[in-house]
Amino acid sequence: MLARHMPLGFGFWHQTAGFDIEQALIPFAASSSTYGTAFFVGLLNTLLVAALGIVLATLLGFLIGIARLSGNFVVARLSAAYVEMFRNIPLLLQLLFWYNAILRPLPAPRQSLHLPRGAVLNNRGIMLPGPHAAAGSWPMALALVLAIALGAGFLMAARRSRKLTGYARGLGWWGLALALALPLATALAFGPPLHVTMPQLQGFNYVHGLSIYPELLALLLGLSLYTAAFIAEIVRAGIQSVARGQREAAAALGLPPVQILRWVVVPQALRVIIPPLTNQYLNLTKNSTLAVAIGYPDLAQVFMGTVLNQTGAAVQIVFITMGVYLAISLVTALAMNLWNRRMALHER
Amino acid sequence: MNADVSRFVARDMAPARSPPVAAAGLWRWLRHNLFQNAASTFLTLTGLGFIALLAPPLWRFLVSDAVWHGGPSACVAASGACWTFIAQKLPFLTYGSYPEAQRWRVDVVVLAGFALIVWLLSPRLAHRNLAAGLFFVAFPVAALVLLHGAPALGLATIDTSLWGGIFVTLLLGLSGIVFSLPLGTALALARRSKLPLIRFAAALFIETVRGVPFITVLFLANFMLPLFVPVTWEPDRLLRPMIGTALFGAAYMAEVVRGGLQALPRGQTEAARALGLSPWASLRRVVLPQALTIVIPGIVNSFIGLFKDTTLVSIVGIFDFLGAAEAARADPKWQGPSIATTGYIFAALFYFCCCYAMSRWSQGLERRLRHGPET
Repeated sequence: MLARHMPLGFGFWHQTAGFDIEQALIPFAASSSTYGTAFFVGLLNTLLVAALGIVLATLLGFLIGIARLSGNFVVARLSAAYVEMFRNIPLLLQLLFWYNAILRPLPAPRQSLHLPRGAVLNNRGIMLPGPHAAAGSWPMALALVLAIALGAGFLMAARRSRKLTGYARGLGWWGLALALALPLATALAFGPPLHVTMPQLQGFNYVHGLSIYPELLALLLGLSLYTAAFIAEIVRAGIQSVARGQREAAAALGLPPVQILRWVVVPQALRVIIPPLTNQYLNLTKNSTLAVAIGYPDLAQVFMGTVLNQTGAAVQIVFITMGVYLAISLVTALAMNLWNRRMALHER
Repeated sequence: MNADVSRFVARDMAPARSPPVAAAGLWRWLRHNLFQNAASTFLTLTGLGFIALLAPPLWRFLVSDAVWHGGPSACVAASGACWTFIAQKLPFLTYGSYPEAQRWRVDVVVLAGFALIVWLLSPRLAHRNLAAGLFFVAFPVAALVLLHGAPALGLATIDTSLWGGIFVTLLLGLSGIVFSLPLGTALALARRSKLPLIRFAAALFIETVRGVPFITVLFLANFMLPLFVPVTWEPDRLLRPMIGTALFGAAYMAEVVRGGLQALPRGQTEAARALGLSPWASLRRVVLPQALTIVIPGIVNSFIGLFKDTTLVSIVGIFDFLGAAEAARADPKWQGPSIATTGYIFAALFYFCCCYAMSRWSQGLERRLRHGPET
């Protein structure tokens, strides 16, 4: 390695980075931050895009998976077309398309497209009205946590009483009152929890508000649309795996359609859905490394790209990066396995 | 159990339903599939509205406003797709910078490779062992000689830096399956080995590779393969991603093959041993042919994933199809607002056709394997 002028060890970790990162969730400055900080900036950006992508892909995937089973011909065909189209085109191609063909050619900030509710779309990304912390933020956060904890307590008590007596005790009004009154009271006492700033054009760009960079937007779009196609197939297979007789039996017992779904179909389908769904979440996280191609500053782009090129410590950096993804994979797999065990059949 | 049963059972009779709609033919179909009730009608109209919204601009872009003839100047202000760009760049997109007079060599290799794959993966065709021998041993050697050139045979040497386009994409796919299938089978067998060390090593390799993104494997191959060999032996820049692809594919293939091995009843091995076959012979004559046939659909699916993943080599600087499309797009001669979109749509069509065809084929195979015994 020395013969090829490659540094040994991990000394580079504490060296000053000297490059800038457009999107940093923790303070980062080219002049003072180290390569180590750059690593954490990249890691956080990876986790951000993975978390957002997983939420979006799950929502869209469940929607399309259910739509594919619809009795409605048009809806079923449209969803089938969606699935076939998005899963048979390489993700990298989709990302490049969103970034280079759709988001980059958007007009400059001065000629931005104006969306409803004050949002703005231009070639610097999408600018939304942005929430900012205000005086009431902390009390509100506390109130919400408290409300959730109390609600969970009530729910457990209700479950226990249902198991003991057989009577389902509704949470309805009490739960609703709790969920509304506590935050409302906090807001009245401490003032509004957030104040919202609108994006404003200043000079050549927009300031204030919440701006989402085009790189993040393209990566999110690509990842969630692509993964949603796979999730839709998993959801469809899961629902189809519940035998027809189960629904028919539930209907014969007089359960209304919503309860058939809630208590008979969904619990059984979830058992089939969860393991492959975990795989898709991991795939999405691993695929987020394609950020390299469009320049979103995720772990792979910042650390395995820029830091590697500047320091030349290829071996250490590639192995650290691999280790991080391996760790993410293992932790996710573990968490999902635990949930899966809870959902699995308890046979006597 | 003396619980009050009436609590769980409906007390009233369900209201009588209206009789089924008496209708036949097209009307019946429409009634059932599109306008069964208010919600269904709403969904139908929304869906049709969505299509009506999407179809006209798409038609205008792809067909009526598209530029079909002419040179770069025709596309400068085009509002539709610039198909003439694709037509003019097609040789570059297909062969990269491979010299024009030698392109027949590429055609021969690619056609031979695909003929062999079809032979190998069709359960109906005979002599598949011969096909396997040709595909996994003779084909790679012949392909290397033919593509790279052998001055002794009168074939000029063509440096891999000139290779590019669809040809490299297909080559990566072919080499991926040529090397990952045997390697994956070996790994799957190793993972079921009786020796703990071998079992552990195979499991470690498989799980590690499956747990990391493909791009890190490519970077690893790119930066680290040169470290293991003397400088004069430095692996070719196209060879490195090929090795990365093969190793990555092998880990996924191993899991597919393991599924096939597990699905095979123990009795098969035991019967083979009882007949006096050596362990190696029973593996080669009894276990593997059956296990691999069961998982052909899985192998094809895994290959589709690998084929889509080959696009990633463009990130480490190889001109595969996507890389060539990006390079063609950056040509300063072709400046038009729709050049990028046209390029991406063409690339998307290519990948879609390949992947969709393969997935349909694998679904058909799966159906055929499930019904009726294998001959």
